[in-house]
Amino acid sequence: MAHVMFGGHLLSVLIWLPIAGGFAVLPLGDGNARASKWASLAVAAATLAASVLLYTRFNTLTAAMQFGEHAIWIPSIHAEYHLGVDGISMPLILLTTLTTVLVVIAGWGNVEKRIAQYFAAFLILEGAMIGVFAARDALLFYVFWEVMLIPMFLIIGMWGGERRVYATVKFFLYTFLGSVLMLVALIYLYLKSGSYELAVFQRTPLSLFEQTLIFLAFFAAFAVKVPMWPVHTWLPDAHVEAPAGGSVILAAIMLKMGAYGFLRLSLPITPDASRELTWLMIVLSLIAVVYICFVALAQRDMKKLIAYSSIAHMGFVTLGIFVGYRIVEHTGSTIGIEMALDGAVVQMISHGLVSGAMFLCVGVMYDRMHTREIGAYGGVVNTMPIFATLMVLFALANCALPGTSGFVGEFLVILAAFKASFWYAFLAATTLVLGAAYTLWLIKRVIFGAVANDNVAAMQDLNGREFLVLGVLAAAVLLVGLWPAPLLDSMRTSTQHLAQQMLVSKIAP
Amino acid sequence: MYSFSVADFNAGLVYARPEIFLGSAACAILMLDLLLTDARRHWTIVLAVASLLATAVLAALQPVSTRVVALGGMFELDRMAQALKIVVLLTVAVVFVYSIEYLRRRAIMKGEYFVLGLFATLGIMVLISAASLITLYLGLEMLSLCLYAMVAFDRESGRAAESAIKFFVLGSLASGTLLYGMSIVYGVTGSLQLNAIALALQAGLADNIGLLFGIAFIIVAIGFKFGAVPFHMWIPDVYEGSPTCVTLFIGSAPKFAAFALAMRLLTEGLAAAQPDWGQMLVVLAVLSMAIGNVVAIAQSNLKRMLAYSTIAHVGFILLGILSGTALGYRAAMFYTITYVIVASGAFGMILLLSRQGFEAEAITDFKGLNARSPWFAGMMAIFMFSLAGLPPFIGFWAKFGVIQAVLGVGYTWLAVVAVLFSVIGAFYYLRIVKLMYFDAASDAERLGGSALMRAVLSANALLVFALGLAPSALFVLCQRAIQ
Repeated sequence: MAHVMFGGHLLSVLIWLPIAGGFAVLPLGDGNARASKWASLAVAAATLAASVLLYTRFNTLTAAMQFGEHAIWIPSIHAEYHLGVDGISMPLILLTTLTTVLVVIAGWGNVEKRIAQYFAAFLILEGAMIGVFAARDALLFYVFWEVMLIPMFLIIGMWGGERRVYATVKFFLYTFLGSVLMLVALIYLYLKSGSYELAVFQRTPLSLFEQTLIFLAFFAAFAVKVPMWPVHTWLPDAHVEAPAGGSVILAAIMLKMGAYGFLRLSLPITPDASRELTWLMIVLSLIAVVYICFVALAQRDMKKLIAYSSIAHMGFVTLGIFVGYRIVEHTGSTIGIEMALDGAVVQMISHGLVSGAMFLCVGVMYDRMHTREIGAYGGVVNTMPIFATLMVLFALANCALPGTSGFVGEFLVILAAFKASFWYAFLAATTLVLGAAYTLWLIKRVIFGAVANDNVAAMQDLNGREFLVLGVLAAAVLLVGLWPAPLLDSMRTSTQHLAQQMLVSKIAP
Repeated sequence: MYSFSVADFNAGLVYARPEIFLGSAACAILMLDLLLTDARRHWTIVLAVASLLATAVLAALQPVSTRVVALGGMFELDRMAQALKIVVLLTVAVVFVYSIEYLRRRAIMKGEYFVLGLFATLGIMVLISAASLITLYLGLEMLSLCLYAMVAFDRESGRAAESAIKFFVLGSLASGTLLYGMSIVYGVTGSLQLNAIALALQAGLADNIGLLFGIAFIIVAIGFKFGAVPFHMWIPDVYEGSPTCVTLFIGSAPKFAAFALAMRLLTEGLAAAQPDWGQMLVVLAVLSMAIGNVVAIAQSNLKRMLAYSTIAHVGFILLGILSGTALGYRAAMFYTITYVIVASGAFGMILLLSRQGFEAEAITDFKGLNARSPWFAGMMAIFMFSLAGLPPFIGFWAKFGVIQAVLGVGYTWLAVVAVLFSVIGAFYYLRIVKLMYFDAASDAERLGGSALMRAVLSANALLVFALGLAPSALFVLCQRAIQ
């Protein structure tokens, strides 16, 4: 029905509506701040509404691509405009549209300069991100993947903090370096298969050597984006310097791109190389989980702390993606692989909600105090009780308290890791202690205690706009935590399919 | 090979109709310009642009199905020649439009700039259609001599005179090298005609050591005309020293001449020796990408930075040619067209920002442009992102094409080297974007430029964007041109 309503172009609408909206907002300029705010909100809300149709019309019983669109794009190089979503990309698109609406509302009051350009950048970014999740053609995927860099580069550079130029150039070059190697791999696959269809790539037989090189090229692109230890160093810089909205998009969605790339490209296209290199992926994931938790403990800057916590949480995602190979090796059965993949995807969604919320909380405090130093705060609960309640909820979700979204994903991944090896699960589970340590310590120092100084005493509690944004996220965190079934149901068939795909050897006979 | 007859020659003139028209028009404008006072100088411009456009129409109307060799085996017309000529003519027309304001403000609005430009264009066209070594050389010299004069054309400027001398000395050296190489090829194969040379090579001369020697000299000359490392020394100095409108001219249409020179000589005449010259080009390509991209980072003068950026892009064009496949030649042609479209726009932006007594050459002159003019900051950002090779701009598809071409012939390492250097290159283009968007303006002056120039410049940038979203037309053009 919804699909029919847009003439079978629902995904195109989702991609191009925000991009066109972004360009339409640009000419409003700085003089019409009010108009550009409302216009951006309207565009973001309309996109969210369209993505809800995507959810309601989604068929959870098939792993096939849905809402497909197919058109000729560049015939001479066999690139096609081919879109479609499955149970893995659909929830991520919903996360994208929801987050963008919240970011637009959150930017309502605290952006002072170049307002039209600020909102336009986020809208164009939204379209590109949805494009990455919806693309079924490798070149289309790559184009959207790279396009994301431009608005994010400008967002950090134009509205960021003091060291914004360093941070944004570092962010850009790091991610660009990773992705150009992916481009070489994609072209190689095209020369091998004669098509840029991802589905064709997945069927193309490749020798183990080829697969290993392609896997490493993909790894360069995706590991930087996730980011995995040791290529994570751009993230703390980018997060600290980005404006609150930029941090939210970065943490909630752009980091998911890397994990999505592993799921969509690495596992099905290079299954044998993935199996061979699982040890590497698991080691790096566990280092991210354990070591980065200790790094987070040592931070004095709130945003940096949450940035490191993001790296640790994404370590769970990559662990969940790759641990399946070890489960087969260890138990000889495939039971548990789906659980690991489900856990990884739920963790992606959950981390999107929780880390986005945490960055917004820091943004709320920053707007009042203009500092992110943990030491400058103390006793915020006394002056901002409503805010403190919400922030504590998000903090508990960040340490994976049962009943919050953070619990579901981490629990599934740890459970699956037990099937592979006791030690994987043991190391991964240390985060339940360490994560709680750095998060709760942050809360103790910032929220609780006596009012630290006059600046804190002068803080005003949330206004209606801020309450709306954080309230929606709190509801989502609880919803996924208490009733994850709808989310798990929508992705189950797709993760089952992927679990089969990743085990089929593609080595050419 | 070709027995000469007057009747055949006359019948063949029809294929050279655009060249004949442009040559006559250039002579007429030269005469007419003498009669015009400075106040009426705009007629020179109108006529020059009109004759370029008329020539483009004539070239487009020529029915070309297969390759025709005419005029006693000196001249050939094929689809590649037709496509390149049309692009060259349109490019030069745009360059002339960009130059008007700049020439007027610096009080060097003389007809010679346009007349020399027309003759240089004619030289490029002759070169593109050359079927023998002689025509090739004639076209090249016609182009080069006009360019030397154009660089020195602002006679008050000592810097320009210095550049012109450098350009002339080094350019003559390269021409001499080319002649030497050609004479060896002639000596070995016994013919001046490209297709006769190709036949001789196929008949077993390809391994001849003397021929290899000749090819080396030819590669040096091609490297010089392209500006490939290590024959790039003239590029930064000439780009920086010339009046900006001349830099724009040198940086645009003559790239097609270098491309045509390489195509005619290497892929047509010396096709059978591809393994030899392919290897030589690998060295030039890697060095160009490396030196061009790394040295560009250190530049504070925008013209000089763009000069090194040209060198880096030439490395990519050579990647397409060295692959030795039709796919690679198409990719190289695609790249050349793309580069010229984008570089014209970037130099056009320098011209737009410069004004009386202010050259807008330092990269810091772009500081805070977003605050002064969000529209043109956006246009410049499009050019910069396109040069960096980011989608959705046309520069991405150009890089994509050559990488696909070299991967197709098994040069995986070369593809990886190319993309890595393009990441290094991205840094200095990003710096311009950073200056425009992240820094405060140091200059509140309103942007100059006539409505016409602003419109053409905007159209130029939007073309880069539109072709980036839908590059199909350009792919098809190159596919049709090189079968």
